[in-house]
Amino acid sequence: MFSRCAVSIVLYLAACDFATAQAANQPPDTMAARVEACTPCHGNKGEGTSDVYFPRLAGKPAGYLYNQLLAFKSGRRKYPPMNYLLEFLTDPYLQQMADYFADQHPALPPVAATDASQEVLQRGQSLVTRGDPQRQIPACGSCHGPALTGMEPGIPGLLGLRPNYISAQLGAWRYGTRTAKAPDCMQQVAARLTEEDVTAVAAWLANHPAPVNAAPAPKGTYVLPFACGSEPD
Amino acid sequence: MPSRSRILAALLLSVFVGSAQAQQKASPPSDNIVARGEYLARAGDCIACHTAPEGRTFAGGRAMPTPFGTLYSSNITPDRETGIGKWTAEDFYKAMHTGRFPDGGLMYPAMPFASYTKVTRADSEAIFAYLKSIPPVNQRNREHDLRFPYSNRQLILGWRTLFFNEGEFKPDPTKSAEWNRGAYLVEGLGHCGMCHSPINALGGTSQSDAFKGGLIPMQNWYAPSLTSNREAGLGDWSIKDITDLLQTGVSARGVVYGPMAEVVHNSLQYLSDEDTRAMAVYLKGISEPSPPPPASSALPTTESSLLISLGKTVYDKNCASCHGAQGEGKPPHWPPLANNQSIEMQSAVNPIRMVLNGGYPPGTEGNPMPYGMPPFAGLLSDNEIAAVVSYIRTAWGNRGTPVSAREANELRSAPLN
Repeated sequence: MFSRCAVSIVLYLAACDFATAQAANQPPDTMAARVEACTPCHGNKGEGTSDVYFPRLAGKPAGYLYNQLLAFKSGRRKYPPMNYLLEFLTDPYLQQMADYFADQHPALPPVAATDASQEVLQRGQSLVTRGDPQRQIPACGSCHGPALTGMEPGIPGLLGLRPNYISAQLGAWRYGTRTAKAPDCMQQVAARLTEEDVTAVAAWLANHPAPVNAAPAPKGTYVLPFACGSEPD
Repeated sequence: MPSRSRILAALLLSVFVGSAQAQQKASPPSDNIVARGEYLARAGDCIACHTAPEGRTFAGGRAMPTPFGTLYSSNITPDRETGIGKWTAEDFYKAMHTGRFPDGGLMYPAMPFASYTKVTRADSEAIFAYLKSIPPVNQRNREHDLRFPYSNRQLILGWRTLFFNEGEFKPDPTKSAEWNRGAYLVEGLGHCGMCHSPINALGGTSQSDAFKGGLIPMQNWYAPSLTSNREAGLGDWSIKDITDLLQTGVSARGVVYGPMAEVVHNSLQYLSDEDTRAMAVYLKGISEPSPPPPASSALPTTESSLLISLGKTVYDKNCASCHGAQGEGKPPHWPPLANNQSIEMQSAVNPIRMVLNGGYPPGTEGNPMPYGMPPFAGLLSDNEIAAVVSYIRTAWGNRGTPVSAREANELRSAPLN
């Protein structure tokens, strides 16, 4: 018995040595190293970069990020550089990528100065916080949360993004190049917005500082005003 | 004590299992025709064309842009109205073998019947039995959208006269059974020649040019020669490196990206160890002695030496942290650039595109969490891209030639998927 134990220990140590030697010549076995392909556009920790069209990923709900990765993979959400990168990755791996960026919490960027007029900002604030019942436009906060920080698992926060990105996404929904699982509530809402609405909403959101705790609300914190494919009951 | 030794044994096992790249893969049992057909359909990568993004499996409708217009793949589920539900095994064999529909109509050669003609009747019948076993999908085929005069199917007759040689695979008696199995898979179901052979203006390949490499029309990726060791010829690769590449998408010598990532993802990763090895033996066998290196660059010497010195600066700042100061990489995940044929080969399309667009190798059973190459299109200018590609093509003993900023610029608009 003793000699068999000794043999196992020696073998085990030898195996460890071998594994260590191999590891030294291998990339770090971490998600951070695996998602380096994302960093030129989204930042090292998903904090975003100087390019105003590329969004921050850090701290967004993992379910939201996963839905976007799936949509890019299948081509449902069209942006060729992303479609190309994700086309041949497995769904469980995309979930791990989503979890990784959801867990990152780099500081939010300071709010950038805006060149939007007071009038535009007021219109934006009104649409974001109250909506426009006459045109059946709900307040953003009715789904994205009273603090606009989103809700687990599928609704993203709206703060810490830049106006160009927000208006590009609302435009993409209006024109149908960005779609989500049915019922695609954002498509329905965006279709009711005019270009001026989009500009005003984007300007106000980008100019509104995020609260200290910008974490998305837990699942089921509030009831959505209508069915949403991205946030199943 | 006994329990401790068992723990050690378990640890030991986990270390060894953990370091294994891929699990053993066996061929399906020969007495189960449907399982065999499913396996062969994977080998033929039918799904890649016959399933649309987010579409039902094998229901067709995938748009396939060609220089002559857009083709739409057909429904090959057993639906009687819109699929192949009314076909017989004979009809299916005829389609595979002769490129004709049951009514005698001609198929466009986007369907790789010029390769599938080599498939045996037994294998064709197994694939048919499998396709008959999948759920039928009622989805009408979409009309092709070809420009005049290509919309005239009679033109296919001319194409067939020039480029189509009907006939099942004939084993070469002077070669081993393994080599012949590999040849059968590569030349037949694998239809590797569809991309890895030069395609002329008529959309055809002459037989003497088989596997000599070419730019894939519309996609703007270069499918390297499988015969020249200056390209993707595998003459000086070990069998293990070849099988790793085919089965997992990564290897000590290089990594697959772009269209080849699709092939590994949908098809090659599912092949048995035996078949993968047979393909490796054949592919290694068809490599030919290398031609002399190409003449020096078209760029004036002063210009290229300036480019290369800028290239080293760009490389040290952006690339060396993964690919190493000497281009040694950390294989298999961070591929080596030194002595890497895909970097040195005459066409610089692939290295330029990799710098511009980055890429992930496919997620496979043997490599489920691949490492990605970042896209640099937004970070580097045309000149910097040309410089860094020129540098990696000529540094560390690499024998490629410098590339110009214009070449880099032109590929910025290449289609991505």
